[in-house]
Amino acid sequence: MQDETILEIKDLNICFEMREGTVNAVNGVNFSVKPGEVLGIVGESGSGKSLSARSIMNLLPRNATVTNGSVKFRKTDGEVIDILAEKRESRKMRELRGGHVGMIFQEPMTALSPVHSIGKQIMTTLSLHTDLSKKAQVERAADLLAMVQMPKPMEMLKKYPHQLSGGMRQRAMIAMALSCNPSLLLADEPTTALDVTTEAQILDLIMSLQDELNMAVIFITHNFGVVAEIADRVSVMYLGNAVETAAVDDIFYNPKHPYTRALLQSIPRLDGQKRHRLQTIEGMVPDPFNLPTGCVFHTRCAEKMAGKCTSQIPELTHFENDQMARCHLHQA
Amino acid sequence: MAGYIAHRLLWSIPTLIVITIATFVIIQLPPGDYVTAYIAELVETGEVIDAETAAHIRHEFGLDRPMYEQFLTWIGGILLHGDFGLSLDWKLPVSELIWDRIGLTLLISMLSLLMTWVIAIPIGVYSATRQYSFLDHLFTVLGFLGRGIPDFLLALVLMWMGFLYFNFHVGGLFSPAYENAPWSFAKFIDLLSHLWVPVLVLSTGGAAGLLRIMRANMLEELGKPYVETAYAQGLSERQVVWRYPVRVALNPFISTVGWALPALISGDVITAVVLNLPTTGPLLLRSLQNQDMYLAGGFILILSVFTIIGTLLSDILLVLTDPRIRHS
Amino acid sequence: MSEQTLSDTAVEPAAEVKENSSYTAKPLTLMWWRFKKHKLALWSLGVIILLYLVAAFAGFLAPYDPFKHNRLHPFVPPQSIHLFSEDGTFQGPFVYGLKRQRDPETARLSFEEDTSKINRIRFFVEGDKYKFWGLVPTKLRLFGVEGRRNRIYILGTDKLGRDLFSRLVYGARVTLSVGLIGVFFSFVIGITLGSLAGLIGGTIDTVIQRMAELVRSIPTIPLWLGLAAALPVNWDPILVYLLITVILALIGWTNLARVVRGHFMTIRNQDFVLAARLSGATKTRIVTRHMLPSMTSYVIAAISLAIPEMILGETALSFLGLGLRPPVISWGVLLQDAQNLRSIALAPWLLIPGVAIVVTILAFNFLGDGLRDAADPYQK
Ligand SMILES: Nc1ncnc2c1ncn2[C@@H]1O[C@H](COP(=O)(O)OP(=O)(O)OP(=O)(O)O)[C@@H](O)[C@H]1O
Ligand code: SF4
Ligand SMILES: [Mg+2]
Repeated sequence: MQDETILEIKDLNICFEMREGTVNAVNGVNFSVKPGEVLGIVGESGSGKSLSARSIMNLLPRNATVTNGSVKFRKTDGEVIDILAEKRESRKMRELRGGHVGMIFQEPMTALSPVHSIGKQIMTTLSLHTDLSKKAQVERAADLLAMVQMPKPMEMLKKYPHQLSGGMRQRAMIAMALSCNPSLLLADEPTTALDVTTEAQILDLIMSLQDELNMAVIFITHNFGVVAEIADRVSVMYLGNAVETAAVDDIFYNPKHPYTRALLQSIPRLDGQKRHRLQTIEGMVPDPFNLPTGCVFHTRCAEKMAGKCTSQIPELTHFENDQMARCHLHQA
Repeated sequence: MAGYIAHRLLWSIPTLIVITIATFVIIQLPPGDYVTAYIAELVETGEVIDAETAAHIRHEFGLDRPMYEQFLTWIGGILLHGDFGLSLDWKLPVSELIWDRIGLTLLISMLSLLMTWVIAIPIGVYSATRQYSFLDHLFTVLGFLGRGIPDFLLALVLMWMGFLYFNFHVGGLFSPAYENAPWSFAKFIDLLSHLWVPVLVLSTGGAAGLLRIMRANMLEELGKPYVETAYAQGLSERQVVWRYPVRVALNPFISTVGWALPALISGDVITAVVLNLPTTGPLLLRSLQNQDMYLAGGFILILSVFTIIGTLLSDILLVLTDPRIRHS
Repeated sequence: MSEQTLSDTAVEPAAEVKENSSYTAKPLTLMWWRFKKHKLALWSLGVIILLYLVAAFAGFLAPYDPFKHNRLHPFVPPQSIHLFSEDGTFQGPFVYGLKRQRDPETARLSFEEDTSKINRIRFFVEGDKYKFWGLVPTKLRLFGVEGRRNRIYILGTDKLGRDLFSRLVYGARVTLSVGLIGVFFSFVIGITLGSLAGLIGGTIDTVIQRMAELVRSIPTIPLWLGLAAALPVNWDPILVYLLITVILALIGWTNLARVVRGHFMTIRNQDFVLAARLSGATKTRIVTRHMLPSMTSYVIAAISLAIPEMILGETALSFLGLGLRPPVISWGVLLQDAQNLRSIALAPWLLIPGVAIVVTILAFNFLGDGLRDAADPYQK
């Protein structure tokens, strides 16, 4: 693991044994994150984004098997934790979750406990990872709510999730995730369920907090427009593969992988319009039980080379500026 | 909140009135009255009563008055003096006969309710968190059996087994030595040693049903995003399961405690007959058969009142525990 | 959402195909497809069909007249069926003869196998007279043993020497039909009140809801007892039987009504009902043609869960001596003989009707669970 990275995922493979067969949900994902860096992960539904993020928390579904790969996290004190080697319930993992790594989820409606007040939920995290007194916890919780720009934070502490709007809940969720100053924030589609205006506000909030607290962020989304706005680096996923990872400018102006290019071409670029629309790509996403042989994208690739692409799995090719892609086009 | 409770309280008044009337009507329903039944009984032993004596007895008990008058006298006595009338059969005030028995019935029902929860909740949680494990399957099978065996049959089988294998007389609530003794600590201990049989019998059926609901609720709750959030906060599995989903999964139970009570009281009535318990069951049965109407009426009325109170309490409890309802 | 995002493009092909084929299927067909996957429920359905067949052909299956006393054979334990005699020679199915003994101290009769007498089982024999389905007088019975004076008691006899197996088979007719008829009555009450409440709403809804609540807050057994005690002892058993089912129904309708009402509430504003209303269909037409059919599957499931309740009710009442009374034979009536420890200890086989009850209840429960899951795969 390189010195300056705080998170490194190497060759991650995750599969599910199901009655109908094996689903290879994640096949060789590689990426790393530096402190204070924002990594965007984009990909279609089912491409394995959430699973990759869950593996960082060691919170994969119980029927998931990690067949290969490693996930390493560097704490602020320099200690490196080999996350997948830890037991799910180990002390180290529980310290990591909520303490060093915060996570926010897609569904603000259901991701908060319906039977506890917002304040109680934030204070639970605080009591797990700090030794603040009860009173200090209340103060800290109110400060956090103020930090995520909730009006009347003291009153908000007593509210239950069902009394708040979606945007408010997501703010509460963010406050909870940030309560112990994590050095990494995982945001799994935090704005997908919100309307456009609220989405913009929440994105702004996350960005300003990221700046203020100088934490690394992994931001998962379907939406290329969002990625363009907030990410430093981008990883594009397709069918469990991180097919291309690069700095955001390289992704948009110098994409190496045909899938990335196809995605970009499907965004109509109207001048003056900040938000991007994404159109469909030819063909259908293959059945997860029967992944294509060779390059997983070959069934839909416009630049497919018969023979090679259908039979050999392309290796990861490294380019300058830390850009990497999995495609035979770039292999000698 | 206070408004809600007041509303519920108000609603229970008409319910009570209807139940009282229904009770009285039901008891009056059979053709003939207590005296008819009494005469029939005497005839069996060879005695004969002439029409005059019969009319005299009728008059004495007020049975010759119109029904509404009898009803008003009865209910008036209860409301004004707490007087439930006279048991025709026992020639004793009803209140003297029923409170001990109702107390025991309620004790058994409460204990069974408690037992039901003690059995069902941990097993339900275990089954849900270890879905498809060996124990989960075992509990599922046992649960199905528990649901399929009627209480009285279970009581019969337990009785037989106790006799067959332990030469132990299952039944009754007291050993003969304590049966008529005044209350003492030793008698209480003796009661406890007998109590487990009816409690077990009464709780199995309920526990089996509850177990399945608990498991299903838990599975549903465990799949919800907030559980993942809780893990991501750094809580351990045990903390997550017991702090969050269990609380939510329990809500349906709290709301049905009130409904569980009538079922348990019903169950007690019939189990008591089989196990020969000194609770309401045998006496109620007898009073119904003899048309001892004030006694039967007293029983049904009081049991119904407790049921209504139970329902009311569980509704209020639900509002208190579930913030989603509390604030709507 | 106005925005089209990547997720919209991903369609699982398998799901699409499935959806297409079920697109035109009627709700009941769909339900059957899903039901077939529940192996346990399917087996239970088989068991239930078998039970009702037994009830339907009771006269033919029972070897003896269930009312006929036999003073020589009280409390005969169940006889086991053998194929080989003591010396190991194959005899075909047979039972040994009965050896009567009297305990010199207690003067109690007991029976033992008399291995010197072999009574072969014969099929399609002439036995006691009965009327097939109450119409055709016949003597044909499925099985019996050789010899006019020999008997076969595969489940033993009761204190009057009546064959328990025959009584069990005859009892199935009453017990199993009480479930059906009781459910029919409560179904009528439940559907009517439930749809009134769900359709009209307002005051009527409140009143019906209160009524249901009222009925539910009365402890059932005391209520049953009260009502059942009201039935005079000397009435015609058939009338008592009918009234018992009505009593069961009067208490059992609430659950069905709740299901129906809830469903009406949710579908009242669904597209197809709105569409029908907008296109000018009358209210009755909407209800009978559109709303009721859309909930058949739920109702079927609710019914199959209500039947065991009814059966349990009948059994419990009869067991206490308040429901059906001898000479009517029902499983509850049969269990009356096993009411106290003394008789169970003396003749444990008298508990066998209990086994039949448990099997029936379990089968109905499994069936009901399967049907409910099939009716609504999303509801727990
Ligand atoms: N518990 C599970 N059991 C079986 N398969 C699963 C499970 N969880 C995920 N998968 C499989 O893993 C694949 C990837 O899931 P993942 O949740 O990572 O997708 P995603 O990229 O986050 O999609 P989305 O954008 O819809 O959130 C899914 O297509 C699914 O087939
Ligand atoms: S490896 Fe071949 S099929 Fe795959 S993306 Fe590259 S060119 Fe297309
Ligand atoms: Mg996801």
